[in-house]
Amino acid sequence: MSIKLTIMEQMAQIAREHGKQLAPLSDDLVLLESGLDSLGFAVLVARLEDKLGVDPFTASEDAVFPVTLGDFVKVYEHGAH
Amino acid sequence: MARTETPALRQRLSDTAPEQFLFDRSARACYTQLARGTCLGGQLADLAGKSVLLATCSQLTSALALIELDGVARRITILPPDAAPEHFAALIAGAEIDAVVVDIGSVSEFYDIPLRVPASLYLNVADELPAASLPSEWVMLTSGTTGVPKMVAHTLAGLTASFAAKPPDPSVIWATFYDIRRYGGLQIFLRAVLGGTSLVLSSAGEPVTDHLMRMAEHGVTHILGTPTHWRRALMSPAIKKISPRYVRLSGEIADQAILDGLRAAFPQAGVSHAFASTEAGVAFEVSDGLAGFPAAYVGETRDGVEMKVEDGSLRIRSPRTASRYIGSDLRLADEDGFVDNGDMVEQRGDRYVFTGRRGGIINIGGQKVHPEEIEAVINRHPQVRMSLVRPKRSPITGAVVIADVVLKSAGNDAEAVKGDILTLCRDALPRHKVPAAISIVPALDVAASGKLARRQG
Repeated sequence: MSIKLTIMEQMAQIAREHGKQLAPLSDDLVLLESGLDSLGFAVLVARLEDKLGVDPFTASEDAVFPVTLGDFVKVYEHGAH
Repeated sequence: MARTETPALRQRLSDTAPEQFLFDRSARACYTQLARGTCLGGQLADLAGKSVLLATCSQLTSALALIELDGVARRITILPPDAAPEHFAALIAGAEIDAVVVDIGSVSEFYDIPLRVPASLYLNVADELPAASLPSEWVMLTSGTTGVPKMVAHTLAGLTASFAAKPPDPSVIWATFYDIRRYGGLQIFLRAVLGGTSLVLSSAGEPVTDHLMRMAEHGVTHILGTPTHWRRALMSPAIKKISPRYVRLSGEIADQAILDGLRAAFPQAGVSHAFASTEAGVAFEVSDGLAGFPAAYVGETRDGVEMKVEDGSLRIRSPRTASRYIGSDLRLADEDGFVDNGDMVEQRGDRYVFTGRRGGIINIGGQKVHPEEIEAVINRHPQVRMSLVRPKRSPITGAVVIADVVLKSAGNDAEAVKGDILTLCRDALPRHKVPAAISIVPALDVAASGKLARRQG
């Protein structure tokens, strides 16, 4: 499964678990408007480390947090290389 | 200073029935021989009035030396088997150690201590023993803290107060998963010695199955350990070989799952859990098979012990409380004599339940979580043997909780069980306490104290 698909699947899964309504997922979706709150994102990052073997936010020196879903996916695609 | 009320340990042994022993894997020591024997090669007299560090590798050798040293040494500092060598210098200075008892496996030579006395499992009959007339101070090390352990001073009278009045039952054969160099194990050691009843100890590095087989061989009736010890024992096929009349848990939170598990494994046995700590001593025992303790215990004086709950933690005032810390100005008790051990409780209906340790709190985006509370929920799953909840650093909330889970049998569909556990957690816990990820692991690390090894995430 591609990184992008894995991320989208996990977001949907966590939204279900947390009883949140997820916005339609697209590259330019602003993460803060996605329907997941900060705990949801914390869980997402932990789950993705489990699935993808990388936590690009803790691993990298620069603490830039992505704004859109497209940015978020890119961070993982870079981190995976 | 003359000892008035509490005769020394060795003096209690003289009227012990024969054929009662302390056992480990390779040796046994008979109480009646101990009454006149010495494991210190004739050097006990040299230790009179000294501040002695007991640093043997063998638990049984420590047991023999304790019987000899009580009433003879001014102070006995008991080194637990997992003590970290980098703390030795601080401990030796703090307790003003001027003699050490070692054996062949001791972790250090302790060359900086003026008097080194070797101990062995060979008992020599002593023609003349030094008078056991000093009220020796017993010093135990605290566990579970980072940095130099605190040294906690007790008297023999305080250590034995919870059972001194009970008449000894000669049909009892004790076994302990705890090491006797920790508070929980020392209680059982003293109880066995004072009652003149046999005790089965573990040996260093002995697999739990071997220890259980030896318990079966000796017909053990009373067994004590932490919930973690018991969870591991229940994983051993040898558990079916023992049929104790009494099992007891302490040292960690006894959740409902382990209490039910023990009741199922030993339907004929009394199962009780006790609250005790190195500093507070034994506070109470609960035998109704339910986790937590009746709320009515708080505020009343039971068996000389008073309890109160302040700022969410349980405080104990009791004659069994340790007297002070050695080598430190820290106060052991508050102005009214209550000891706060950092054990957090919460009232639910007519019971108090333990929610965790004050220092073990995980902070998730400002919300506080006790890992033990989540473990108790996970442990309810019928396929789960034990679990460890720990923090994982999160760039977003500071931390999230993740769980490592040991299953009862390897044949389970791990993914399905993980899903079940998450559902269980989501039904029972607020969102932030639900583990972000669950890993099925073959085993969990257990510290020498018998408690789950918790690390800072």
